[in-house]
Amino acid sequence: MTTVGSPEIELLLNAILLLLMVVAAIGVIRLRNLFAVVLLSGVYSFLMATLMVALDAVDVGMTEAAVGAGMSVVLLLSVLGLTRTREAPTRRRPIVPLIISVVVGIALVHGTMDLPPFGDPNAPAQRHVAPEYLARAQVETGAPNVVTAVLASYRGYDTLGEVAVIFTGGIGVLVLLAGLGRYTGLRTRPPGAPDPGPEPKPVPLMEETVVLRVAVKLLLPLILVFAMYVQFHGDFGPGGGFQAGVAAATAIILYGLIFGIPAARRVAPMRVVLFMIPLGVLIFAGTGVASLLLGGNYLDYSVLSSVPRSGQHLGILVVEFGVFVTVSSTMLGIFYAFASRPPRDGPEPS
Amino acid sequence: MFAVALFAVLVALGLAIARALSGPTVFDRVLAVNSTGTLAVVLLALTGFVVGRPEFLDIAILYVLLNIVGTIAVLRFVRAGHLGDPIEGGPEGAP
Amino acid sequence: MDGVLEVASWITLILGGAFCVVGGIGMWRLPDVFARLHAASLIDSLGIGFLALGMALQAGLSLVTLKLVFIVLLVGLTSPVATHALAQAAMHAGVKPRAIESPGAEEDA
Repeated sequence: MTTVGSPEIELLLNAILLLLMVVAAIGVIRLRNLFAVVLLSGVYSFLMATLMVALDAVDVGMTEAAVGAGMSVVLLLSVLGLTRTREAPTRRRPIVPLIISVVVGIALVHGTMDLPPFGDPNAPAQRHVAPEYLARAQVETGAPNVVTAVLASYRGYDTLGEVAVIFTGGIGVLVLLAGLGRYTGLRTRPPGAPDPGPEPKPVPLMEETVVLRVAVKLLLPLILVFAMYVQFHGDFGPGGGFQAGVAAATAIILYGLIFGIPAARRVAPMRVVLFMIPLGVLIFAGTGVASLLLGGNYLDYSVLSSVPRSGQHLGILVVEFGVFVTVSSTMLGIFYAFASRPPRDGPEPS
Repeated sequence: MFAVALFAVLVALGLAIARALSGPTVFDRVLAVNSTGTLAVVLLALTGFVVGRPEFLDIAILYVLLNIVGTIAVLRFVRAGHLGDPIEGGPEGAP
Repeated sequence: MDGVLEVASWITLILGGAFCVVGGIGMWRLPDVFARLHAASLIDSLGIGFLALGMALQAGLSLVTLKLVFIVLLVGLTSPVATHALAQAAMHAGVKPRAIESPGAEEDA
């Protein structure tokens, strides 16, 4: 790593971050109040993202920040709204699982003793494709950010698989929670469930909404523009489709949190969201098909334009956009699905 | 210089996490998590400078935005018990 | 680097770190939520402000400084909103500020 400070500072920083993460993780395990557990897992994600950045893994750190700190907290909270907020106490002490975990952990640590030192330039992982990518990425693809080049071009199949996984996850959640064809209206009921009764009165927050509303109205365009910046700047700095998609979904979710789900549905209707979830996968896969039709291999972007390098760049832009479409609509769709379920009876004090 | 500032921020981070673990009411925990997010923003910016890569500031900006969204989500949850309800104060859901 | 700028950036960095630590200590030691809110706001305003100033002095006039200004502005927009929302939520949930009993006086919380 290129450092301006000394290696001791790096070591101290990493050690303290890891220690704080261990403390947060112990809190997650030991606390019985699931609400506090959700908050602490957000803290854990913050720390993990900072650690990744300290280890020079900038794109991963950004994705961890976007997913773990914002999106996961919101989604877990909307799940908590459907269940109890205290974890049921375990009835027996899990001795055998503990022994198994410790044994496997020791075996893993013992196995890692044989690995080459961290960051060793002579390690096998650094000597085959990595130098090739580093040498050729900018020349061949026109994207200075090697991570984006590898993600979208050199290992494009893998990213197509990832987008398909996100798509599958989103579809699975939607089918399980809302049932196909039941997206109209705010309250959906699983078949056979008793009538939940009249809709609960909206919680009166009259006085406190003015500040929040104005602030959210100011923040929303900022978040959306920043999501666009992250999306298209991903070629040159940390960023890309995943991070931008999560940020954009977070903006709409913020709007929904403050102005209500019906207002959010007016801005981003469920129909559009449902349309966009497979659209991103189609864009990505379609780019591959376009490459086929133009005479190259599947997902070989060089044939998309007269100059191979600009073809690569164009291909990367298009598939990253496809990733953005699917990620943002999946996150939003899952949030809609969770937030539209009939809640438990009344708010439960934490 | 940077080492001192980094160390100070880490100490404050530890204190905030201690409050998140111990805080008797839920609002203590929410406050502590919010402060952890802000301290993480500072930590990211400082780390970017220490390793000589100021591109990390993009991540710091993202954090600030996500921090507020998380805090508001948590507070809506505490207030209403779940996240789905619209809040009053005008025509239903209209901004 | 210019000696004055270097010293100034060191001083502001140390100040910023100190305010963060003071805010953290306040969050740990003060008796109730509302007092801790005050302490936490130190971090959001003076802590980040001084640290960003120190980093900006190191970076000179460049895109980095612009992004730091942007971060400070964003935190200045979002942090008071979060504090306000927290305080309102705490008050509506019935958390009472802890009053210090003074001998022989009637306290209304």
